[in-house]
Amino acid sequence: MSTAETTDDGVHTVRIVLPAHLRTIAGVAGEVPVTVQGPVTTRSVLDVLETDHPRLAGTIRDRQTQRRRAFVRFFACERDLSQDEPDAPLPDAVVQGTEPFLVVGAMAGG
Amino acid sequence: MSGVRVLVGTRKGAFVLTADERRTQWQVDGPHFAGWEIYHLKGSPADPDRIFASQTSGWFGQVVQRSDDGGATWRQVGGDFTYDGVPGQHQWYDGSLRPWEFTRVWHLEPSLTEPDTVYAGVEDAALFRSTDGGESWQELSGLREHRTGPSWQPGAGGMCLHTILAHPTDDQRLYVAISAAGAFRTDDGGKTWLPINKGLRSGEIPDTDAEVGHCVHRIAMHSSRPDTLFMQKHWDVMRSDDAGDSWHEVSGNLPTDFGFPIDVHAHEPETVYVVPIKSDSEHFPPDGRLRVYRSRTGGDEWEALTEGLPQRDCYVNVLRDAMAVDSLDSCGVYLGTTGGQVYVSADSGDSWAPIVRDLPAVLSVEVQTLR
Repeated sequence: MSTAETTDDGVHTVRIVLPAHLRTIAGVAGEVPVTVQGPVTTRSVLDVLETDHPRLAGTIRDRQTQRRRAFVRFFACERDLSQDEPDAPLPDAVVQGTEPFLVVGAMAGG
Repeated sequence: MSGVRVLVGTRKGAFVLTADERRTQWQVDGPHFAGWEIYHLKGSPADPDRIFASQTSGWFGQVVQRSDDGGATWRQVGGDFTYDGVPGQHQWYDGSLRPWEFTRVWHLEPSLTEPDTVYAGVEDAALFRSTDGGESWQELSGLREHRTGPSWQPGAGGMCLHTILAHPTDDQRLYVAISAAGAFRTDDGGKTWLPINKGLRSGEIPDTDAEVGHCVHRIAMHSSRPDTLFMQKHWDVMRSDDAGDSWHEVSGNLPTDFGFPIDVHAHEPETVYVVPIKSDSEHFPPDGRLRVYRSRTGGDEWEALTEGLPQRDCYVNVLRDAMAVDSLDSCGVYLGTTGGQVYVSADSGDSWAPIVRDLPAVLSVEVQTLR
């Protein structure tokens, strides 16, 4: 699968799918669009998400280290991106808005 | 007409139970924050309509909620609990060192006089204070930075600061307790702290009467006698009459001296309640009988209170924050169980009745007396 150029300076609208608990926290329903300027990465997408919805700070990433919380995973285009570097470019389909970026609670509920 | 509002934190949400002073007909409101662990809720003594709630999740971290209308509606406030400076290290279960890492808020203690001021006891153990209604939090880092900090270790539930007691007239004095470090007191508003564990003995640590390292489960105090403290420790029920400077055991005739909660009657400072639990691994009532024990002599002599409580096949636990008393003329006593029952006694413990039977596991029970 191809990816966007990391030097991309364009503006992209990324569709984020949040788990139900985080939709409640953010006060949103359905997908959450975020407008990202420049490279579209996990870090840049989540930075914009937390700017647009400050109540989500600390719920997906640790507030201090900015590392992904242990029981949160990131999926897109049928791939698990959880272990990718936060500055790695996201798939083209996410950048172009044809596929969402999924924030998922790890399957640890029994 | 006066009444009570019982605030119940559970593994899967919060519930608000209300009744008039008879405490026989109950309205159950909830779940609030469904699916989240609500470790503790507590109302402000200075403004009973203001309630703070610790909403936490292993998945999504810590949220603090505040209600300004008695629990009818809620608003998310600040959840940023950043340790002051470089947090350092404490002992792990195996004695190795591990960095201090924030996990959750165990206990919220609103100020007795200022509605915007609230304290938070957190895991890994530290004390935070907010003076803006929970929007922002600042650590009182003199506690965590105490010279004994590197020797603190977690109890089974984590290294949590779970008890915060405010002196009723001296706003510079606070008591806190940490599992498993022990009890501490500040006399200067939280800048410096004194371990107050003299007289405690714990067979689970190499030096059984060490300055710190004791697994204190809960401390209670009556506001009319703020120098008298009652403690439920991992083993032993203890009493201090000198603000924690020294302790002596008052377990007396209890069937087991293990347990979690301890509380004091609202109008009788020598009347104390505990819930003996068989342990230290079973964590259920001895003989499958849920019994609250009451001492009217400040300890040592205890009577079992059983009327209305299950006396067979009962294997629930009552956690450290899951007992409370109201201050109506006939003092009410409340407890919540890990089986999801919340019981009330409207006659100081003589008889009990369930308010609800089938909530998620109860983590905490607090009560507000409304006049």
